[in-house]
Amino acid sequence: MKLALRLLATPWIWSFVGALLVFLATIIFTGGVGAGGIVTAALSLAIFSVIVGVGQMFVITLGPGNVDLSLPANIGLASAVAMKTMDGNDALVAVGLAAALGTGMAIGIANYALIRVLRIPPIIATLSSSFIILSIDISYGRGLQIKPPPGFANFTNVQILGIPLLALIVVLFTVLAGIALQRMVYGRSVLAVGQNMRAAWLAGIRVERVRFFTYVLSGALGAIDGALLAGYFRGASVDIGNEYLLTSIAVVVIGGTSVAGGKANVPGIWGASLFLVLLLTMLNTFGVSPGLRLVLTGLIIVGVITAAGGQKALR
Amino acid sequence: MAEPGDIIKLGGVEKRFGAVRALDGVDFVVHSGECVGLVGHNGAGKSTLMHILAGTGTPDAGAIEILGTAQTDYSVIRARQLGIRCVFQELSLSPNLTVAENTRVSHASLRGIGWRRRAGALIKTKLDEIFPRHGIEPGDIVGDLPIGRRQMVEVARAFTVTDEPLRLVVLDEPTSSLDARTAGQLLQFVRGAVANGLSCILISHLLGEILSASNRIVVMRDGKVVATDATSAFDRDRLVATMGGTVRKPRQAAGEGERARAEKPVCVRARPQGQADGRELRAHEGEIIGLAGLAGHGQTRLLLDIFESAERRRPGVEVSGPVALVAGDRQTDGIFPLWSISDNIAITSLRLLQRGGLIDAAKESSLAAHWRQRMGIRTPDVRNNILSLSGGNQQKVLFARALGSDARIILMDDPMRGVDVGTKLEVYDLVRQEAAAGRTFVWYTTETEELENCDHVYVFRNGRIVADLDRSEVTEEKVIQSSFAEASA
Amino acid sequence: MTALAEAGRFPARSQNVARALRAVLPALSLILVLLGIAWLNPRAISYLGFNLMLNLAIPIALATLAQMFVITVNELDLSIGPFVSFVGCVTATMLRDSPLLGVGVLLVCIAIYAGLGALIHLRRLPSIVVTLGMSFVWQGAAILLLPKPGGRPPDWLLALMGWKPPLVPFPIIAAIVIAAVAYFGLMRTSYGAVLRGAGGNEQAIGRAGWSLLKIKVVMFGLAGVFGVLSGLALIGTTTSGDANIGNGYTLLSIAGVILGGGEFVGGRVSPIGAVIGALTLALAASPLLTFMHIPPDWQVGANGAILIVVLAARVLISRREARR
Repeated sequence: MKLALRLLATPWIWSFVGALLVFLATIIFTGGVGAGGIVTAALSLAIFSVIVGVGQMFVITLGPGNVDLSLPANIGLASAVAMKTMDGNDALVAVGLAAALGTGMAIGIANYALIRVLRIPPIIATLSSSFIILSIDISYGRGLQIKPPPGFANFTNVQILGIPLLALIVVLFTVLAGIALQRMVYGRSVLAVGQNMRAAWLAGIRVERVRFFTYVLSGALGAIDGALLAGYFRGASVDIGNEYLLTSIAVVVIGGTSVAGGKANVPGIWGASLFLVLLLTMLNTFGVSPGLRLVLTGLIIVGVITAAGGQKALR
Repeated sequence: MAEPGDIIKLGGVEKRFGAVRALDGVDFVVHSGECVGLVGHNGAGKSTLMHILAGTGTPDAGAIEILGTAQTDYSVIRARQLGIRCVFQELSLSPNLTVAENTRVSHASLRGIGWRRRAGALIKTKLDEIFPRHGIEPGDIVGDLPIGRRQMVEVARAFTVTDEPLRLVVLDEPTSSLDARTAGQLLQFVRGAVANGLSCILISHLLGEILSASNRIVVMRDGKVVATDATSAFDRDRLVATMGGTVRKPRQAAGEGERARAEKPVCVRARPQGQADGRELRAHEGEIIGLAGLAGHGQTRLLLDIFESAERRRPGVEVSGPVALVAGDRQTDGIFPLWSISDNIAITSLRLLQRGGLIDAAKESSLAAHWRQRMGIRTPDVRNNILSLSGGNQQKVLFARALGSDARIILMDDPMRGVDVGTKLEVYDLVRQEAAAGRTFVWYTTETEELENCDHVYVFRNGRIVADLDRSEVTEEKVIQSSFAEASA
Repeated sequence: MTALAEAGRFPARSQNVARALRAVLPALSLILVLLGIAWLNPRAISYLGFNLMLNLAIPIALATLAQMFVITVNELDLSIGPFVSFVGCVTATMLRDSPLLGVGVLLVCIAIYAGLGALIHLRRLPSIVVTLGMSFVWQGAAILLLPKPGGRPPDWLLALMGWKPPLVPFPIIAAIVIAAVAYFGLMRTSYGAVLRGAGGNEQAIGRAGWSLLKIKVVMFGLAGVFGVLSGLALIGTTTSGDANIGNGYTLLSIAGVILGGGEFVGGRVSPIGAVIGALTLALAASPLLTFMHIPPDWQVGANGAILIVVLAARVLISRREARR
């Protein structure tokens, strides 16, 4: 009983509860048909939100005003870079991934340079760079749909006992991210900077290094996401990352990370990603029209944040 | 016109902030036509009491009576309607608005056509009245004004009258950012206004101001009123004693200890930016160096220069080892409010607590336990959130954070503000112990008595060192005198 | 009290020069863009040219002002784009077919915006997340109303937006009127000072007895009003509706406010600057780049570059200001 109460008090449990409720509603509607398939599909799709969600979580935790709006453009460009470099050849998969990773990190460095050197607020900095990245992507990709190498594409779809292998890998990744957050100097530093940047500086934390690393990390994760998306959906495209802008922020916030910074939650990202994906599935199953689906998703997001309330001002 | 009798009467007021008992049953009265000086060390409860009077804070217990009527739904609006105005240390101006616009914000009746002109005239007249030759225009944007002028605007604004009466003005450290001339102008104005029937509560840690401007003095200590009497019955020594000042140790002549210290290597050398005459701060290993002078005259800037020099070279500053800083403004510079006591202590020492790339939980908790014991942090569990501690104990955590690191040089940015006397004494002892063990301290303080712990004191004015006092020369008079003297070109 | 913001002792002249430069920067950028256009394609500097180049600037300017009101009180509206799209869809359908219903819906929209302001204040919610959620709602509503592009705005609107006054092109007149109204309302009225003050020091405004709830409601309500006007103007110009038509306005409006000299926190905004910023973006977004023969692939990137250049200039000027 006590364990159950303790569990209920954790901030991230509610997103999982929500995911579960939505799943049950869907199953009830279909009369139990296809439950396994729904779970597998949900896990397959959720990982893409989780990967960028983790990056966005670190950025948002840095403190108010920090957000990476360049993710969709990043994902698009990285998917093109990965596919072009791999060139349909399984032997070049590692090279392709490395190239995508390099692209993402370069984007992160560029974002940070705008923020630090030109003192542009992160929202505008990442926004402006997203325009530029988009242009680069359009001219680089030339609109051609380059197919991923067959081995890579299959890898992104491999399942073990109905659970996608990629999902297991990403779960491992999020566990490592959680450890980094709580038990590594970097993670503690991010949490400190997010609570009080000045106090963190005065306590001896290299604030600018932490910020630099975080933006580069977000860029890198976005790029990996792009490469994986191209593999999963069997082709790169400029728009492939568009929905992840709002999704990456939504899963971070619904998952229990504070928008004011200084408090982060890794498991919640999984719960929120599953919740959103299953919500989409449920609405599709109910035969809800796209427009109504969007309205309901939006209302639920607003509802969740309203119910959670905000942080009291500290003075 | 002054009405006879009490303007305000507070009875049995209590207020707690978490574990801190800020007010412990306070009775407080102000009559019409009198200026009450409210004194006490930082953390005695003065500001809290004034917040309750202003309507911005609600008491946990006690009665508020204004003009003889008990107040039930007391609020900021009600206080203003009754004629009570407050000028607090945290300025209530919007930096993005002009002086005239800020005046408008204070007076709802300044509206309609020509409001800007009227507001400007109103504030200008009052500024001329209180601070002749002030040099402030109603069209100036407040954020662009230096802090001294901002304070002048805030004070003047409190005295402006449109449709609401003005009966009582609370001035909380109104001269902290003013120079000697403008401070004098303000006090003169207050004396005149009080003689004309206005009531005033003056809070200041400059006892000279209190003694010269008030009719009656109330002394607070640790949340209670400990003395109240006519000003004529007090002198500086009696005030200090009643406030619970630190016991004056018999002054030691420059002895063996001091000569030995002077032979130790120099740990810190720092010249303030803009220092023209070649004077610089010098700290030998194991010394406690004090920084004094009026608040905001460059002491913090020099501390930050020294702090930054550990990370990258700064002209004019040299340090011989790692540096840590103990912040004075806990909320803006020190505390991580979402974290536990243990996390707050460990943050500066994270690298030392690592094992195999990860922070070792066992090392972390032993660090916390060690310092909890050494500093006497009063808490049942170091894993509790830091805000569960009283102000003084929170400050101890900040000390533990700095002392628990490997820093050899410890900078202190007026860290004893808002701390009770008992805690202060414990910390002074600890600082002296650590200094004897070889750590060097550079200590900026606004409480002149604390300078008695220092081996050497530098007095600041306008961002520069103007006086360089040895331990035996440090007296409150000397320090205050130097801090008002003009810096030699 | 330790003065962490220590006394500034800037020589007055240098500070004033820097501040003047910063205030003038939006206009400078606009002039530069105009000069660029004039040089590349002199024929564009004409009545017809301005009319064509700027006709989409009006909805952008209105949306930018909507965003500006929200930014003034230290919030952010990430839903203004889809909101404009939705208003556009209402304009293209209901306003023509059943005007009373259309007007009613638009008024309800404004009420919803005002209500959001209340919600954000009362529950201390982060506006980024709330408006993010609402962006889904408006987008979905737009799709529900107009699943495929089409519809037509009412004739009076077409006539207004298509008006060709003598001498000065309509968009310029409209821009001046809009800027004047916003400037007067926010910067010259007595309540406007209170609204801006809430952005600079919310606590102080509350302590002075003003209702912060009312202030947030007013600002978000104004954002709703200008969002509605933006949608009307947009459809009046494009003459048909589309559920996605306004989506880019979210980021454009934020850029316009910042370009115009506004800041995210502190209540420092400039209505005139915001309108000028919107005009600059509208010109730079397409006409300038087309004339520069920048390939269409790179046009969107050039927008980003322009933003960066202007902001960099502002920073350099501020650095000179602060260095003294």
